[in-house]
Amino acid sequence: MRTDISVTVNGEPWLLTVEPSDVLLETLRSKVGVKSPKIGCERGDCGSCTVLLDGHTVRSCLVLSVEVDGHEVVTIEGLNDEGLTQLQQFFVDMNSFQCGFCAPGIVLAAAELLDENSEPTRADVQEAIGGNLCRCTGYDPIIDAVLAAAGAGRGTQ
Amino acid sequence: MTTLRPYEERTTRDLDFVGKSTVRVDGLEKVSGSARYVDDMDFGPDLLHAEIVESPYANARITGIDTSAAEAVPGVSKVVTGKDFPFTFGLYMKDRYVFAQDRVRFVGEQVAAVVARDPKVAKRAAKLVKVDYEELPPIFDPIEALKPDAGLIHPELGDYPHVPWFYPHDNTNIAHWRKTRKGDVEQGFAEADLVLEGEYTVPRYAHCAIEPHVIVGLYDQSGRLTMWSASQSPYTQRHLFAEALAPLGLTHQDVRVITPYVGGGFGGKAGVSMEIMGAAIATAVKGHPVKIRFTREQEFYNTYQRQGMFATIKMGVKNDGTITAIKHIMNWDAGAYVEYGANVVNAAGLSATGPYRVPNVWIDSKCIYTNLPPGGPYRGFGYSEFMFGLESHVDRVAEAIGMDAVEFRRKNAIVEGDILAYGAEMNPSGLIEAIDRTAAAIEWGKKEIADDPNRVIGKGFAVFWKAPAMPPNASSASFLKFNEDGSMNISVSGMELGQGYLTAMAQIAGEVLSVPPAKIRVETPDTDRNPYEWQTVASHVTWSCGNAVHAAAVEAREKIFDVVHRVHGYEEESLYLEDEHVRSSTDPDFNLPLRDFVIDGLESADGTFKGGPIVGSGKFMPEFTSTRSDPETSQGGHPNIHYTVGAAGVVLEVDRETGRMKVKKVALAVDVGKAINPSLIEGQITGGIVQGLATVLYEDMRFSDKGKLLNANFTDYKIPTAHDIPEETIPIIIETAQPDGPYGARGVGEHTMIPAAPIIGNAIKDALGIRIESMPITAEKVALAVMKAQASKGDEQ
Repeated sequence: MRTDISVTVNGEPWLLTVEPSDVLLETLRSKVGVKSPKIGCERGDCGSCTVLLDGHTVRSCLVLSVEVDGHEVVTIEGLNDEGLTQLQQFFVDMNSFQCGFCAPGIVLAAAELLDENSEPTRADVQEAIGGNLCRCTGYDPIIDAVLAAAGAGRGTQ
Repeated sequence: MTTLRPYEERTTRDLDFVGKSTVRVDGLEKVSGSARYVDDMDFGPDLLHAEIVESPYANARITGIDTSAAEAVPGVSKVVTGKDFPFTFGLYMKDRYVFAQDRVRFVGEQVAAVVARDPKVAKRAAKLVKVDYEELPPIFDPIEALKPDAGLIHPELGDYPHVPWFYPHDNTNIAHWRKTRKGDVEQGFAEADLVLEGEYTVPRYAHCAIEPHVIVGLYDQSGRLTMWSASQSPYTQRHLFAEALAPLGLTHQDVRVITPYVGGGFGGKAGVSMEIMGAAIATAVKGHPVKIRFTREQEFYNTYQRQGMFATIKMGVKNDGTITAIKHIMNWDAGAYVEYGANVVNAAGLSATGPYRVPNVWIDSKCIYTNLPPGGPYRGFGYSEFMFGLESHVDRVAEAIGMDAVEFRRKNAIVEGDILAYGAEMNPSGLIEAIDRTAAAIEWGKKEIADDPNRVIGKGFAVFWKAPAMPPNASSASFLKFNEDGSMNISVSGMELGQGYLTAMAQIAGEVLSVPPAKIRVETPDTDRNPYEWQTVASHVTWSCGNAVHAAAVEAREKIFDVVHRVHGYEEESLYLEDEHVRSSTDPDFNLPLRDFVIDGLESADGTFKGGPIVGSGKFMPEFTSTRSDPETSQGGHPNIHYTVGAAGVVLEVDRETGRMKVKKVALAVDVGKAINPSLIEGQITGGIVQGLATVLYEDMRFSDKGKLLNANFTDYKIPTAHDIPEETIPIIIETAQPDGPYGARGVGEHTMIPAAPIIGNAIKDALGIRIESMPITAEKVALAVMKAQASKGDEQ
């Protein structure tokens, strides 16, 4: 049974027709055309499909599309209308990522952290991105950039 | 030794871009979410999806396949089986099939595929393909596979085409046997004051790139086969696709491979594995693009796995610490197909002395078929596997003669000009500097006491080395062009796997042409447009493709000087580039911006224009390598271009009760020749150490007694999270120039994970007095070993 849903994605309203079994990740990628949430494991293990749902990170592979009816989804494309956030600029400047596949998810997880905690400790950052797997970097360059962004002021502004 | 030194800039002036921690050229795309990977590309409503029908048995004959029920499902466009593609393929030995023919050899092997527009329909219909099997006894243990009465996993082994440096043993399960012999090993043991033997076991591992394998193929109505591939090897894929599908009339000219950004490789996306199915299926659904995206589960069991290995090591030493002989026997669990994995076995068989000066050497490295998933390349390419045993053994030998483990390594460390096991000379090497600086970084020799009385702190040390394993003629090529504003594009076909290759290429070209890397775009490959590269494997592209890019930049510079000479009259020898301008040493006032003429040329006095768009091309092939050697000794050839060496040390805290381990500090020194970009090399060190530590501390593949992988997901096969990293990582960059490398650079990508396992094993011995000889060294294994040691101590009392 198909259902119509109304959802805001990166500030834009979308009216979508979805199947009850459709997951948000596939809906975003194939119906909205937002490609930054990645398909890595399809069971909530890797975090590469992370998006912000009403401001909080969720794994979009574990959310049914019908559940986001009336809600707001933000992906990395919608983080900042003006271009890169300060946090993203630190990631670029510090060569934090390698293959980049986990970057959209980790950027969002770190953005959520800095929204809630402007002075995170190293352990706070580890906890915030603890559900996002990265096989390349060993995480240190990512954690360093989040701490540097926090140290420079509000990372997400 | 080669004496090629083409990089006069290194000694004559300071470098502007090479050696600087430049920001990655792909950083902005990746951090903004703009970077596109294969699965992110749109192919329109016509895109088909293929679902693979897989073998539930590890060893069985296929007695019949009935596809009729699947074909009858509405929405199914095609069902294919092995009968449709009776072709073998493979990189070094053609022993793998597009789809199983009359036999399956591992659980998960592809038997058929169902193609439909809706992936859910394809999945449902795939379950309706009926395959009849006659089970055969499987072999999972390579030692069992060596027995004379063992069943043959590949009865056709003798017929498979292979590279000339492989020695398959027909009518056995030995697909390749590399023998290396130097000196007289028995004489070496006779001369020794101590001879010590040991056995070491290393299990299988998974790469776990976060992006799964994805392949999209379109065989269009004109007969072109275009493949979009998540791959490390676009050109090798094109070659293997064209070779395997030649019976269908395809040639290299017909096949095009496009590889956008790839979400991690680690060797798992080298060569051709699942991609061959995409190419074959595309030819069966002409005119429609077809996609296969592997699930995480398939990613674990049907791409490549790192091979398991059982080693016995016998080492002879004199009381002063001099190694007199090494006998190193390696039996590899190579899996069901070894088209790539046999070269891992080969590489280890040439280099299993480790970075030591050893006068008498006997190495046997046997590639043994088993009924487990195909083994293949994984970061470290055999060296991670044998260095665990070797560096554990070296610690034991040093202890047995009462010598400090670091001093022992220092004494035997290989240096430039030493004769390698296969007779060639060792390249320039900063191994001793790496040993000394690593030892200093972890305060080797200083005992540390844990705050918690239940915990003990141990220190572990290891050296490492690795050479690229490549065909002797593996080569690289590069095109380069200027744009109107003086910016540049570089075309190469190495892959940006995350290591920062594109950035390094921009720095090298920028250095020659005085153009900042930020003004240089380096494209990901398309085999129709970008020039040749063998593969992005073996930690060789910075070296090999870096040389090609340097050559292209030099050619462009010569064209620049030529046109300036023709129009302005300055002697070409007087011209040089600085800050995107052409200058002359004979006229300080001459300062011509590149952007003024690199497209439009220079206007002469008579109003005509000279020059035109500046382009350059370059290539590189290591013309000094050869695999021609005596099959019984490996003497006579020059199979490896060079070794990259280094050392690592760890400060490890161990909980005596739980076995839980905490890496308090890890230091790794690697001789990169010249750091083209120190920040990127530190990235390789930090990331490689964590990947290596995971293989020793917790990663492990578990198979059922029927050969089915039991932990094919990230819940049960745990890879490191942000919580699982060392408290402190100390990267140490050593620069002993490689004379034939770009600005002296040599490869570094794989090496940083190689020493992780032995430093942990050695630290545990230091902390607890217990030697663990099999990987992984989990907390559980440590806790049980402590209990056992305490029990036997109790018995003695």
